[in-house]
Amino acid sequence: MGEIAPPVRGLARELWRRPRTRFASCVLLLLAAGALVGPMVLPEHYARPGAAAFLAPCAAHPFGTDLNGRDLLYRVLSGARVSLLVGLAGALVSLGVGTLYAMVAGYAGGRIDAAMMRLVDVLYSVPRLIFILIFINTFDAALKDRLVELGFPALAGWSRLVILILALGLIEWLTMARIVRGQVLALKQAPFVTAARALGQSHPQIVLRHLLPNLAGVILVYLTLTIPAVILDESFLSFLGLGIQAPQASWGLLLSDGAQVINPVRSYWWLLLFPAVTMSLALLAFNFLGDGLRDLLDPRSRR
Amino acid sequence: MVLVLWCVVTLTFLLLRMAPGGPFDRERKIPEQIEKQLLARYELDGPLHRQYFGYLGDLLRGDLRLSTKYRDRSVNEILAQTLPVSFTLGAVAFLVAAFGGVWIGTGAAVRVHRPGDALRMFAALLAISVPTFVTGPLLILVFALGLGWFPVGGWGGLGSLVLPALTLAAPYVAYVARLTRTSMLEVLGQDYIRTARAKGLPERRVIYRHALKVGILPVVSFLGPLAAHLLTGSLVVESVFNLPGAGAFFVHSIQNRDGFLLGGVVIVYCVLLVGFNLLVDLAYTLLDRRIRLDG
Repeated sequence: MGEIAPPVRGLARELWRRPRTRFASCVLLLLAAGALVGPMVLPEHYARPGAAAFLAPCAAHPFGTDLNGRDLLYRVLSGARVSLLVGLAGALVSLGVGTLYAMVAGYAGGRIDAAMMRLVDVLYSVPRLIFILIFINTFDAALKDRLVELGFPALAGWSRLVILILALGLIEWLTMARIVRGQVLALKQAPFVTAARALGQSHPQIVLRHLLPNLAGVILVYLTLTIPAVILDESFLSFLGLGIQAPQASWGLLLSDGAQVINPVRSYWWLLLFPAVTMSLALLAFNFLGDGLRDLLDPRSRR
Repeated sequence: MVLVLWCVVTLTFLLLRMAPGGPFDRERKIPEQIEKQLLARYELDGPLHRQYFGYLGDLLRGDLRLSTKYRDRSVNEILAQTLPVSFTLGAVAFLVAAFGGVWIGTGAAVRVHRPGDALRMFAALLAISVPTFVTGPLLILVFALGLGWFPVGGWGGLGSLVLPALTLAAPYVAYVARLTRTSMLEVLGQDYIRTARAKGLPERRVIYRHALKVGILPVVSFLGPLAAHLLTGSLVVESVFNLPGAGAFFVHSIQNRDGFLLGGVVIVYCVLLVGFNLLVDLAYTLLDRRIRLDG
C-alpha cells in the first residue's frame, strides 16, 4: 500500500478530541438514538390524531401538538427516521454513481476523461430540482402501478420514498465525482500503481485493490457532506408537496406544516421552531463532521 | 450548447409522455370523442415521433404552444406575465450572493484564525444549514409582522423585494464566502503578495487590487451553478412570499401533467442558464489570462 493512504486508523479518537466534531458526533448519535427508540417508547396514542389540537408545549407534550392533535415530539422523531434514512440512502446512491463515474473517467484519462468531466460541468448548471420533480412525478406513479399489479399493494406506500432516494442520489453525485476523479488522477501516477501494473495486474484489479482503498478517506468526507445536502433537497421537495406524503412525516413536511400556520393573528410558533431547530442542528452537525473529517483526511486541504 | 438544449427538451418530452395518465385525465372520465378532439387540438394524437417532431418544429418557430390546463392561454403568454417577477428576484439575489459572499469571505480570510474569521464561518455554516422556507417565515415574523418595515408578501415596489431576495440569497452568500475564503487564503500566501506588501502598498490595495483579482476565480466559475441554484430556489421562496412568479406555475404544471407549460418553463430556464454559462466562461478567460478558450 502506498504512503498516500490517509490515516483512517484512530479516526474516532481524533474526532473525539476536537470540540467541534465531538459536538457534532454527540448531536448525531443522540438524534439517531431518538429516531430509532423514540417512536417505540412514546405512548402509542401520540401518533394518532387526538382532540387537543394546537396545544402549546406542556408537560404531557413537550413539543406541543399539531393541527390534528398529534404529538409533535413524536412527529419530529419519526420524521428524523425518514429524513435520516433518505439522507443516508440518497448519499450512498450518489456515492456509488459518483465514485464509479469518477474512477472510470480518471483512470481512462485523456479524451474520455475530458468528455466525461465536461458532462459533469454541463449537469452542474442544469436546474437540478426541476429534474428531480419531473423524475419523481414520472416514475412514482409507474412504480406504484407496477407494485399493485405484481400483487404487493402494501409496498405501494413506499414507492415514493424509494423513488425519492433514487432521484436525490442521482442528482447529488456531481461534487463527489469531481473530487474523486482529481484524486484518481493524482494516485494514478503513484509508484505503487506503476508497480502493480508492472506485476501484470488487470485494470479492474488495480482500480479496486489499489486505488479504491486510497480513495476511502476522500469518499468518506464527501459522503458526510452529501448527507445534509440530500436532507435539505428532500425538505424542499416536501415543502413543495412533492416529497414524502402524509401521514408519513419528514422534517421538510413538518416544517412546511409549521410555516403555513405562521400568521399575524395567532402564531403556533412551536410547530415551526422545534422541527426547524432539530433539522438545522442535524445539518449543522453533519457539516461540522464533514469539515472536520476533511481537515483530517483530505490530502488537498492539508498543508 | 444547442445539443444540451435539445437533450433537455427531448428528455422532458419523453418523461412526460411516458408517464401513465394523459393531460386530460380528471376525476370524471370525459367522453372518448371529446378526448380525441382535445388531443387532436393539442397535436397529441398520432404516433409518438410525429408528436415529438411537430413540437420541435413549433419550438424552433418560438411557439411554446397552448397550456393544456389553463385552456386558451398560450404558454408564451403565461411566461411573459410571470417570468419578469422570477427574474427580478433571481437577479437581485444573485447580486447579493455574489458581492456579499466575496466581501464576507475576504473579510474572513484577512482575519484568519481570529474570532472575526470563526464568527463569519460559523454564520456561513448556519446559513447553509437552515432551509430557505424556515428563514423566510422567520424574517417575515421579525421584519414584517414585528417591526413592520417590509410587506409580508406580494409583489410591488422595492420594499417587497428585500425579504425574498435576502431569503433566497442567504445560503449562497455562505457558499460564496466559503469559496472566497479558501482561495484567498491560498493567494495571500503567495510570493507576489509579499512583493506587493514589500513595495509598501497599503493593505487595502494589496487585498482588493492584487489578491482578489486571482482569489475570485473559483467564485467566477461557481457563478453558473449559482444561477441555476437560484432559479430553482426561487420556486420555494416565491411560494413562501406569495409572489406571482413562474414557480407556482411550474409546480402545478407537473401535477397537472401540463406538458407544454412545463416544457416552456424548462426550456426558458435552460436557454438562460446555457447563455449565462457562456458569459461566465468568457469572463473567466478575461480575468485569467493563463486560460485559453481552445479546450
